[in-house]
Amino acid sequence: MTEVTLSQVVKKYGQHQAVHGIDLDIHDGEFVVLVGPSGCGKSTTLRMIAGLEDISGGEVAIGGRVVNDLPPRERNISMVFQNYALYPHMTVRENLGFSLRIAKQPEAEIAKAVDEAASILGLNELMDRKPAALSGGQRQRVAMGRAIVRHPDVFLFDEPLSNLDAKLRTQMRVEIKKLHQKVESTIIYVTHDQVEAMTLADRIVLMRDGHIVQVGTPLELFNTPVDTFVATFIGSPPMNLVDGVVRQGQITLDGGITVPVPVTAGALREGQAVKFGFRADNLMPVGHAVEDEGAVYELDLPVTLTEPLGTETLLFTKMAGGEVQAKMFNPRPVAPGEQLRFRLMLDKCHVFDATSGLAVRG
Amino acid sequence: MDRNQSHRNRRRALKALHFTGLFLTMMIICIPGLWIVLNSFRPTVEIMAKPAIWVPSFTLEHYRAMFAGAGEGGVPVFSYFRNSLIVSVTSTLIAILIGMSGGYAFARYRFKGKNGYFVGLMLFRAVPGVALSLPLFIVFAKAGIIDTHLGLILAYVAMNVPFTIWLTDGFFRQIPRELHEAAEIDGCTRWQAFWKVEFPVARSGVASAAIFAFLTSWNEFALASQLTRSVGSKTMPVGLLDFTAEFTINWGGMCALAVLMIVPALILTFIVQKHLIAGLTFGGVKG
Ligand SMILES: Nc1ncnc2c1ncn2[C@@H]1O[C@H](COP(=O)(O)OP(=O)(O)OP(=O)(O)O)[C@@H](O)[C@H]1O
Ligand SMILES: [Mg+2]
Repeated sequence: MTEVTLSQVVKKYGQHQAVHGIDLDIHDGEFVVLVGPSGCGKSTTLRMIAGLEDISGGEVAIGGRVVNDLPPRERNISMVFQNYALYPHMTVRENLGFSLRIAKQPEAEIAKAVDEAASILGLNELMDRKPAALSGGQRQRVAMGRAIVRHPDVFLFDEPLSNLDAKLRTQMRVEIKKLHQKVESTIIYVTHDQVEAMTLADRIVLMRDGHIVQVGTPLELFNTPVDTFVATFIGSPPMNLVDGVVRQGQITLDGGITVPVPVTAGALREGQAVKFGFRADNLMPVGHAVEDEGAVYELDLPVTLTEPLGTETLLFTKMAGGEVQAKMFNPRPVAPGEQLRFRLMLDKCHVFDATSGLAVRG
Repeated sequence: MDRNQSHRNRRRALKALHFTGLFLTMMIICIPGLWIVLNSFRPTVEIMAKPAIWVPSFTLEHYRAMFAGAGEGGVPVFSYFRNSLIVSVTSTLIAILIGMSGGYAFARYRFKGKNGYFVGLMLFRAVPGVALSLPLFIVFAKAGIIDTHLGLILAYVAMNVPFTIWLTDGFFRQIPRELHEAAEIDGCTRWQAFWKVEFPVARSGVASAAIFAFLTSWNEFALASQLTRSVGSKTMPVGLLDFTAEFTINWGGMCALAVLMIVPALILTFIVQKHLIAGLTFGGVKG
């Protein structure tokens, strides 16, 4: 049973505070992704869990044991680094077996564990090469192999895929997910890529400036973002946000368009300045929409730019003075400047307070 | 067609020029050494002849004389060689141990006044060794370690440590810190992580630092000539002075001893050459 618990964890570098009192409960066998923009403290948090960074305040517990003062080797964790950190003077086989050799396991057992890890990751052909003679993807695999031979309680990944090209990244993403299903260990995974977070995570922890902004399943974060930051960070393209004001139970957007308040938004004050948010998937040209129940608002918008993606086309339009993106399913060619009638799915819209950025929900 | 031809000619001409330049440079570097080796095998009259005799005759008389007894122009070669070896090897070992620790500390740890220390160490290199000979002489004389191996070793360690620190700091800095972090996560203590991962990776750097330290001590003359007196502690460079008399210099003998001095250094350099090159190009380590 290895749950990881962070309570009020703080990290200070001199005057600069990188992590501000984080609370987080990670269950046994859970795949948790820490995600957020660059410099938000993800790596720092992960490194405190690993024991590579001193904890300035609060407590980190692994498997119910407080590990604040334990060195990394006594935490029974594995870590995969962004630059792989393979031992350049050792062959792949030696790299994989290093931890077991340090633990003074019998050679026969080391060989067995190494071979097992190698076949899980398809490294059998490469066992006698040095890291310098491997491609990026192969190094990545060796780094993962080195992490799994030891059967640790917790796996830590720090942006393991960011040095790979797009195709390989997608492929390794799937492999990491499969690996998790196989080993069933707790995984804490750091990335700044929201797609990786969405696809891999059981639960996403979204961070900003050393704070946790929201914790939840990928769909929770996608469907009910707590503020505009989450709304624009999760999902691609980012959620459209349009300035508006509440007037008589309706939202008047800059430029005069008035839309009924979506059912999810309850507690609005008259005259409150808001940001009205909706995703490109919920603004679709009439006749090219995926059918969906619920309240619909129709409006005419000019198309300024198109980005055909195959099954759908991304349309850039102007709405209330800002640029918003819409999606056209079963696309037909659209010329820039063409005026189209759009359907806005009101049930899927969000309303945020303009000053605090927090979501307003009923 | 024509343009191609002229380009090719030009490239050939440039290449020829390049090689001529290299050849001249190498000649300037090598000829003194070569001259020493040649002279060690020539009769004294031929060495002194004016105009120079270009086609040498061959004799081992200088070597024979050198190894002969004290009365017949011989010098205690074996003692000098032993002294040189003891002093150079010991001082190199100590300098590497201290210098490597220092270099590692500079590369990996933050501490107060780090930059100041570093600049200070480098400044220390700027002081000419001879300038220290008098103060060192006085201090050593008071401490009673004039004319001992220990005295020379101390002086050489002090001379070599700053450079070793500077060189190894550069190597350790190149090793990504994730390497020792990975090792620590894999179950190593900090100490194990260093010896099992970082040291092997920086090996070529340490080897080149060691060669530099060794050659510096092996060839050092100015300090050694002040701090040593007797056969029991004189090193080979100082031993060369034995060939100077009041009015004459035995050039042949001096060259013969110089050859004996060069040979071990050459052999050693040759053995670690691979490391040295890897070290000097700083290409030896890659994460
Ligand atoms: N050794 C250090 N000394 C001082 N400040 C540091 C140190 N390491 C990190 N920081 C600061 O701590 C904050 C968080 O850094 P961290 O590396 O955790 O960011 P991150 O979320 O991993 O970003 P990225 O996605 O770019 O890797 C940053 O503002 C960074 O400048
Ligand atoms: Mg990071």
